[in-house]
Amino acid sequence: MPPLLQIDKATIRFGGLTAVSELDLQIGRNELVGLIGPNGAGKTTAFNLITGVYQPTAGNITFDGQSIARSKPYRITARGIARTFQNIRLFPSLTVFDNVRTVFHLHLRGDVRHALWRGKGYHAEEKSIAERVRELLDIFQLGKFRDEPAKSLSYGDQRRLEIVRALAARPKLLLLDEPAAGMNATEKVELTRLIRYIRDRFQIAILLVEHDMHVVMGICERIVVLDYGVKIAEGNPDEVRVNSKVIAAYLGE
Amino acid sequence: MNIRHAKSLLLGAIALGFLASRFADKINPYWLYIFYDIGISIVMAVSLNLINGYTGQFSLGHAGFMAVGAYTSAVITNQCGEYNFFIANGIFGLALFTGGLAAALAGLLVGLPTLRLRGDYLAIVTLGFGEIIRVILQNMEQVGAARGLSVMHGWTNLFWTFGLAAITVYVVASLVNSTYGRGFIAVHDDEVAAEAMGINTTKYKVTAFVVGAFFAGIAGGLYAHSKQFLTPGGFGFMQSITFVVMVILGGMGNTIGVILAAILLTLLPEGLRMLSGIEHLPGVTEERPLSWIGDTRMIIYSLLLIGLMLTRPQGLFSYRRKGN
Repeated sequence: MPPLLQIDKATIRFGGLTAVSELDLQIGRNELVGLIGPNGAGKTTAFNLITGVYQPTAGNITFDGQSIARSKPYRITARGIARTFQNIRLFPSLTVFDNVRTVFHLHLRGDVRHALWRGKGYHAEEKSIAERVRELLDIFQLGKFRDEPAKSLSYGDQRRLEIVRALAARPKLLLLDEPAAGMNATEKVELTRLIRYIRDRFQIAILLVEHDMHVVMGICERIVVLDYGVKIAEGNPDEVRVNSKVIAAYLGE
Repeated sequence: MNIRHAKSLLLGAIALGFLASRFADKINPYWLYIFYDIGISIVMAVSLNLINGYTGQFSLGHAGFMAVGAYTSAVITNQCGEYNFFIANGIFGLALFTGGLAAALAGLLVGLPTLRLRGDYLAIVTLGFGEIIRVILQNMEQVGAARGLSVMHGWTNLFWTFGLAAITVYVVASLVNSTYGRGFIAVHDDEVAAEAMGINTTKYKVTAFVVGAFFAGIAGGLYAHSKQFLTPGGFGFMQSITFVVMVILGGMGNTIGVILAAILLTLLPEGLRMLSGIEHLPGVTEERPLSWIGDTRMIIYSLLLIGLMLTRPQGLFSYRRKGN
């Protein structure tokens, strides 16, 4: 069986700067992979390549058997890749409920005519969406904030809500961009547990970009290390930890 | 907005408009025309609210869409003679619809550049569009150019104005309150996140422009057949601003607030005019003691706007959106 996500020699240049160079990366179904590297190594750029925010200058990206290298972000999401952002990007004026509900338009059977006619089918569908949103919110203990505007939530809750919103797209691959940023030690432990739980409960693959070594080493089965846009190491946490190139990249020689 | 019974509310409003139009000859014509203006303002402000308020695209060209609808429908009905009640209303409905479609087409043309522009830049493009429409009309001999165009039939009545205002409110409210339509607000809140959540932001923005323009075109048709005289100058930049003010005053993305603001801002100048016409005040010997209001009416109007914006920058009517 081919891997869920396959990146072949993806390169992206911004003018003279090569942000990511000939990156090869494979992610299997239900695999938990970490992407690490020092500041400016190209981790978020790699993310943006996968999600279609940037198009690769060269190389190819295949997801679930189809090339997505030239697809628009919203199409890639519909195919099954959902993401969170390094600096939280919720829909601040929408309620917690609506933040998640908005994503369900991906699974709507009816189109805009349904919404205008407001017949039985429409109400039934909205009701089942409300039910599924409630389930998702309850799993992540966000049900009590249902009608609060997303911007009024605490930082940690906003992070969790962003993950819930991404899961509402029913992704096969979830991309988490520095989910532990700005969290204290207890919250990080909590987050680690949460990520593992998501992978097991929803049976999806997760690609994690993270600065925090404890988080990455603790949960990832495989770690890919980038430095200056080039992959310098790949392997399980124990291999990466003792890799001399990785140590050099992080600590200097 | 009561979502569950939206359709019965809509039908009720249309029936009420029909009933009211039966008694129109009992209403003082001065007030009748103010009612028409209110209905037209509601259609304009609520449809603009879809673009500016909910979707967050700053359009300054709404009067341009209105002009397209007004002239299109007027040109159609001017071809027609006198008919009996039913045929006349049938033709009028068709003319309004065609005017709306023409404006929607214009909305599509303006909507497309919005894919690349946002904020102030978009505002300038839409402003330019409104001016282009005005200048084209000013130079089109077929529609009277700068001399203006007389509209033969005064077919606008309470049924059409309030029926169409109700339909506009229904369509906009139904759109944004559905799961599909939450995408408009998502685009407003964060375009990058919306795109990442599978929302085709391009399609949503163009949809907002096309639907908004369609109703502005219909409002234009109502306007044409109530005033019975069109000049290109009547659809200038200032007219667009008036509608933007209604949207801002009502609270961007708050349909009920925008309706109230449309009513208020249409009544306010008339109300001030009436104050100045009062003959006597108890305890004051002077005749027409408030006549100064008449002279400074528009200044008072502007000052009130400034005052309102300073005290209620989030809009007159407090703003809180809930899931239904």
